Amino acid sequence: MGLGLLASRALRSSRIFTSPVSRNAIVRTIVSTPELQNPEASAAAQSPPEDLPIRTPVAGARVEFTNPDDAIEVFVDGYPVKIPKGMTVLQACELAGVDIPRFCYHSRLSIAGNCRMCLVEVEKSPKPVASCAMPALPGMKIKTDTPIAKKAREGVMEFLLMNHPLDCPICDQGGECDLQDQSMAFGSDRGRFTEMKRSVVDKNLGPLVKTVMTRCIQCTRCVRFATEVAGVQDLGMLGRGSGEEIGTYVEKLMTSELSGNVIDICPVGALTSKPFAFKARNWELKGTESIDVTDAVGSNIRIDSRGPEVMRILPRLNEDINEEWISDKTRFFYDGLKRQRLNDPMIRGADGRFKAVSWRDALAVVAEVIHQVKPEEIVGVAGQLSDAESMMALKDFLNKMGSNNIWCEGNGMHPNADLRSGYLLNNGISGLEKADVFLLVGTQPRVEAAMVNARIRKTVRETHAKVGYIGPPTDFNYDYQHLGTGPQTLTEIAEGRHPFYSALSNAKNPVIIVGAGIFERNDKDAIFSVVETIAKKGNIIRPDWNGLNVLLLNAAQAASLDLGLVPESEHSIESAKFVYLMGADDVSLEKVPSDAFVVYQGHHGDQSVYRANVILPAAAFTEKEGTYVNAEGCAQQTLPAVPTVGDARDDWKIIRALSEVAGVRLPYDTLGAIRNRIRTVAPNLLHMDERQPATFSALLKPESGNKTSSTPFGTAVENFYMTNSITRASKIMAQCTAMLLKK
Amino acid sequence: MLARLATQRLLEIRQAFRQIPQTSRSLSTALNYHLDSPDNNPDLPWEFTDANKAKVKEIISHYPSNYKQSAVIPLLDLAQQQHGGWLPVSAMNAVAKVIEVAPIRVYEVATFYSMFNRSKVGKYHLLVCGTTPCMIRGSREIEDALLKHLGVKRNEVTKDGMFSVGEMECMGCCVNAPMITVADYSNGSEGYTYNYYEDATPERVVEIVELLRRGEKPPRGTQNPKRINCGPEGGNTTLFGEPKAPPCRDLDAC
Repeated sequence: MGLGLLASRALRSSRIFTSPVSRNAIVRTIVSTPELQNPEASAAAQSPPEDLPIRTPVAGARVEFTNPDDAIEVFVDGYPVKIPKGMTVLQACELAGVDIPRFCYHSRLSIAGNCRMCLVEVEKSPKPVASCAMPALPGMKIKTDTPIAKKAREGVMEFLLMNHPLDCPICDQGGECDLQDQSMAFGSDRGRFTEMKRSVVDKNLGPLVKTVMTRCIQCTRCVRFATEVAGVQDLGMLGRGSGEEIGTYVEKLMTSELSGNVIDICPVGALTSKPFAFKARNWELKGTESIDVTDAVGSNIRIDSRGPEVMRILPRLNEDINEEWISDKTRFFYDGLKRQRLNDPMIRGADGRFKAVSWRDALAVVAEVIHQVKPEEIVGVAGQLSDAESMMALKDFLNKMGSNNIWCEGNGMHPNADLRSGYLLNNGISGLEKADVFLLVGTQPRVEAAMVNARIRKTVRETHAKVGYIGPPTDFNYDYQHLGTGPQTLTEIAEGRHPFYSALSNAKNPVIIVGAGIFERNDKDAIFSVVETIAKKGNIIRPDWNGLNVLLLNAAQAASLDLGLVPESEHSIESAKFVYLMGADDVSLEKVPSDAFVVYQGHHGDQSVYRANVILPAAAFTEKEGTYVNAEGCAQQTLPAVPTVGDARDDWKIIRALSEVAGVRLPYDTLGAIRNRIRTVAPNLLHMDERQPATFSALLKPESGNKTSSTPFGTAVENFYMTNSITRASKIMAQCTAMLLKK
Repeated sequence: MLARLATQRLLEIRQAFRQIPQTSRSLSTALNYHLDSPDNNPDLPWEFTDANKAKVKEIISHYPSNYKQSAVIPLLDLAQQQHGGWLPVSAMNAVAKVIEVAPIRVYEVATFYSMFNRSKVGKYHLLVCGTTPCMIRGSREIEDALLKHLGVKRNEVTKDGMFSVGEMECMGCCVNAPMITVADYSNGSEGYTYNYYEDATPERVVEIVELLRRGEKPPRGTQNPKRINCGPEGGNTTLFGEPKAPPCRDLDAC
């Protein structure tokens, strides 16, 4: 709720009431029986008065009429709105462009109706009604800026402030606090209570959420979030009356992977970010709208920075991807951006120690070595945080050097880059909501892609969709059937011998999600052909429904496959003489011959640096503009929020410079030019913020003749909090690993 | 003038804050959060007895099978009777398991109702009604007498574990105010009784305590020998004849 908006409304309404000759005065009469109103007035209320300005819905509120017969008309301050049946008064007001103050109501949570801040006046109702819980009825005349509504809200506000400490100057929520904003519009400048304020013991919810429970106004948003969205029933409302408090009763940490979101939904400063505590004020921060790269979901985020430092990361609304939540890893891994950074080009000397050199020297050394080895001995590996532009540049550069052994880590040695449907979440993340049966094959979405898991949980909660899971025992936050651990079970389902087969074939919109961890298996093709058999038998791929999905692990994977980063030979790394690692830290380097020359280009001194001969410092995702494609095939862009560290450069610029030193100049000098080059390879990468579904279904692929092995599926992500070089450098993620992971 | 007014107001405010802070008149026997102690922690095993398991089944059968959680209050009550009048956290966990909900949902209920004791109480838990009619008729004196006689504070258990004194809200015996209730947990859930002792006086409640200590059962109900149940002292003073039929309202006249 914008403070300005509220203040202006308060001003506007007071103007109306102070002037007795207001032109709207007749419409706004507070008479309970319509007969007593004069006919002109009731006629005026039916049609929008001419002088009312056209209002725009609050926060882009939209309305979809599934059935036009269900539309009803209500009047908000005399302004008619058409809404579907079942909407609440508050939603109707939002559509009419009136922002109702609220604390407990949240559009993505169940309705509690306990803060009473959203009181409005409804004609013929003897008392003000709580608009968030009141269903709108046909012809209802809602009045949001009458003296009664204002007085009711002022009364509620006075009670809310009764036990609320006036510690805004030391509160981290200060400046973005709903209570603070709304008290500017409805609060009094003095209290009437002389009793002592109550105090509540602070709770320990773990390393991420700081609690100052005395500030709590018992809106129960956090309890509802934990129960409904996060799926961990740890928080509750304890006690009664003035002793009521939010808590866990027994000492318990909040172990959800979405726990950070309670910080956002808390309307006061009771739940704030522990790592961000006392670090900055929100008005000092510069917001940059960007994309998260810690997993393949591509959650929309806002990077709040102050000067050269990322201070915090907040979610941005994107209904199709992350709604308005982000995972804890996305929210809190930013402190890793300040540690272990590579800021100078370095060359490993004869004594095994790195020596900082100039860019010119470092590039010259790399260019010299790359010309000394045979083209087939050159190998390039793109890391999981690489953007599409730099992967394009790397591929072009190594191709010009004569090698085609380039791949992206996590894709395995035989990636299927031919059919996009073979590596994308074909339903789309929001499309999963239509599903009624899920079959998860070798994937643990809770740790691999927390936002996809939240979507599955939402579906399971709403429609009681069935979930079958094949893989090692793991934690789910919804009901599921553990069908088995290995490809055997999959074969049984394909042959129709498994009881889950009937569930799958009887379902209207069945969904199979295959984990990208399977890409690393030798029998990957065989597993995929079994899954395709199931898809064929269960009628899972139809013209209107492609339920065969792959859930990728890393931010770079989809773009790398779109760009065709496929290694030419399987064992290239074992005979490599020159290895170019572009931020690749999870590639196993034991097989690299000891006499190979390893170049590491990246932003963090992580695992691969130990083996590197030359280090070329690059920019992290917060410092560059780059294109990422998420698991569902939606291309999105990061934007630079902070300057690069030290002498680091953008990845594609380093490769571009290296190509020139090596004498094979790449033909692009700007981001625009490199995108033009991408257009010739994968034009879908240029359609920003738009999901590009796969055109051909995976069924076109010839069946694999290989047999599946009996090795059970493994876990792709062992530690949710540490999956890439930035998270491994993060202190907060280390604390989470130590405290929250179940032993 | 204004300055003097301001000073006066300031003095008033100071006066308000200088008052000795009221002792908390909390109705609950425990905090709103749990602190582990040797006799109350989640690791202690707790189960319904076999006899009570049958009762649990019976209680749950009152509710539809998909609304098992409706049984939370009767089950907590049963657990409390079985466990000597109070609910350790492991008992709440056991109830949560029976009705298949997250433990926090049971904690919420148990902390909401002051009748669920979450810390130890005596075998005889004496509850003094503190609501207005009883208070006017001297419930404070009764409480003081009990506390003084037993040598404990409110919600504290005597050293021998026999008695504890608490306060409760109106039990509907205002006509015989003041009253105390004795919750008898000395014989488990089978011998559990919850008796009212009405028309209590500070002397009489001490006598009741001593009778209970000796294992006797003082007669429940009014403690005034001249009264029968809620009747007036010395017999009826009114309503001697047959009551007249109520005059019918003339609805047409309205």
